[in-house]
Amino acid sequence: MRSKDTVRVGSGAGTSDDRMVPALELAERGDIDYLVFECLAERTVSRENLSRSKDPNQGYAPSLHARLRMVLPTCIEKKIRIVSNMGAANPVGGARAARKEAAELGLGDVPVAVVLGDDVSSLVQHKGELRLIENGEPLESILPKMISANAYLGADVVCEALNTGAPIVLSGRVADPSLFLAPMMHEFGWAYDDLAKIAQGTAAGHLLECTASVTGGCFGWPGKKDVPDLARNGFPFADVKADGSIVISKTPDTGGRLDVMTCTEQLIYEIHDPTAYITPDCVLDISTIALTQETSDRVRLANATARPATLTYKVNVGYADGYIGEGEVSYGGIDAVARAKWAAEIVKERLKLQGFTYDDFRVDLIGMSSLHDNLESRPEPYEVRLRMAGRTHNRKAAHAIGFEVRALHMHGPGGAGGACEPRVRDVLAVKSVLLPKNTVNPQVVVEGSL
Amino acid sequence: MSIRVYDLAHSRAGDKGNTSNISVICYDAKHWEFLERELTVERVAQAFRHIAKGPIRRYPLRNLRAFNFVIENALAGGVTISLAQDIHGKSYSNVMLAIELPDPK
Repeated sequence: MRSKDTVRVGSGAGTSDDRMVPALELAERGDIDYLVFECLAERTVSRENLSRSKDPNQGYAPSLHARLRMVLPTCIEKKIRIVSNMGAANPVGGARAARKEAAELGLGDVPVAVVLGDDVSSLVQHKGELRLIENGEPLESILPKMISANAYLGADVVCEALNTGAPIVLSGRVADPSLFLAPMMHEFGWAYDDLAKIAQGTAAGHLLECTASVTGGCFGWPGKKDVPDLARNGFPFADVKADGSIVISKTPDTGGRLDVMTCTEQLIYEIHDPTAYITPDCVLDISTIALTQETSDRVRLANATARPATLTYKVNVGYADGYIGEGEVSYGGIDAVARAKWAAEIVKERLKLQGFTYDDFRVDLIGMSSLHDNLESRPEPYEVRLRMAGRTHNRKAAHAIGFEVRALHMHGPGGAGGACEPRVRDVLAVKSVLLPKNTVNPQVVVEGSL
Repeated sequence: MSIRVYDLAHSRAGDKGNTSNISVICYDAKHWEFLERELTVERVAQAFRHIAKGPIRRYPLRNLRAFNFVIENALAGGVTISLAQDIHGKSYSNVMLAIELPDPK
């Protein structure tokens, strides 16, 4: 049991493809006040913008239906409020879909607070002079191919949405830790100048944003870092007090482990400079943090510090950048590697004879060099899978890679087996710019009646 | 005699754009100074020479008995355009763990 002065914020998804059942277990048995679903990878919003352009009712995360159908009855009954960026490229459309799910579940008219303003595509259309963070080139170099431009909004506008009292808050692009910080700001009235508390809440959000990454997922190693009952691993939550004290734990009676080791891996994860982790809410410093084990599966987070937020929002600009084509086929037994290498040369020559060229091209021998390269120093395995991939703006050239790899069955070295169908996918590239916060207009609208 | 990073520390890799971010976390705080001395940017660059162009930065995190290595130009252009199978470079932590260092004993 937990004390009454504690707010418990649970993590129900760390990606759109995250496992579902642990979120329901957290809602049913975790005694939580908030359930946060973080469901947007870097290019998800771009992909959903394309869905929306085909059907104006689409554009939110497709997993919204299954997720809400699963947890809504429990969340409404237990008054657990849901916060999620599953609105993706169409938060209003997502809110309508959520309300429809609630109605169909017999839960009545459930209002949804919608966070808007992250879509800055029309704003940046006129700002071609902005520099891309990745390569310093002007934004105008990718503007003609732009599909989406979304600012990473902060916890302030999500907090505003929570202030409406709606049981569900849906947003598009919001920085991941901000989704978790917002309920804390809402509950305790923390403001951005309460830097010690904002730092604690941001660090907790970072620990929670990848769900199972603090409960033994992406961690275990047999005999070295054992994880008990990993098949039933549970999702985490934070117990937060008004003074900013925080303990991380997980759903009772679930598998996995939550300890200083798992939390440390997640705390450093994707942080880069540990003294300057920039979110829309603050510039977090994790080099002061102390993690201590309180009891089994309970880790205290203390001493997070931060500097005030920067004056800009990071904006992800998604754009179409051609196609990636790929193919795979296997060789086994005597001279498997020699035959695979010969096959690769034949495919390259056939692509060249057809006049196809590629911006980037890659040959992998899966089993030897596909993950860490350095083919020449690897021992030869019994069997090897040849993979060839190329990026190009010519769809036919992309398709030809998989086509020619598959044709190795009949037209290559002896004994090729198990080629896959030729694969072609659209490249949705993402680059970023910084936009002054005072040019962006985050806002909240409510779908349904409060 | 040599010892592997694997024997003293655990590790996780993540990504942002074309940059890989790899933690090295000591099982026991008493090994932190050894790794600070031996697991240099140069040593890591050598292990990643087939994978990443660099530059590489190392951030000490003594409070977490850890280091954070940030390796630029490591992900074939980044998740969205990479032709690699492991587009995020999640498996790169195993390159870090396999690095051999002189045995401290």
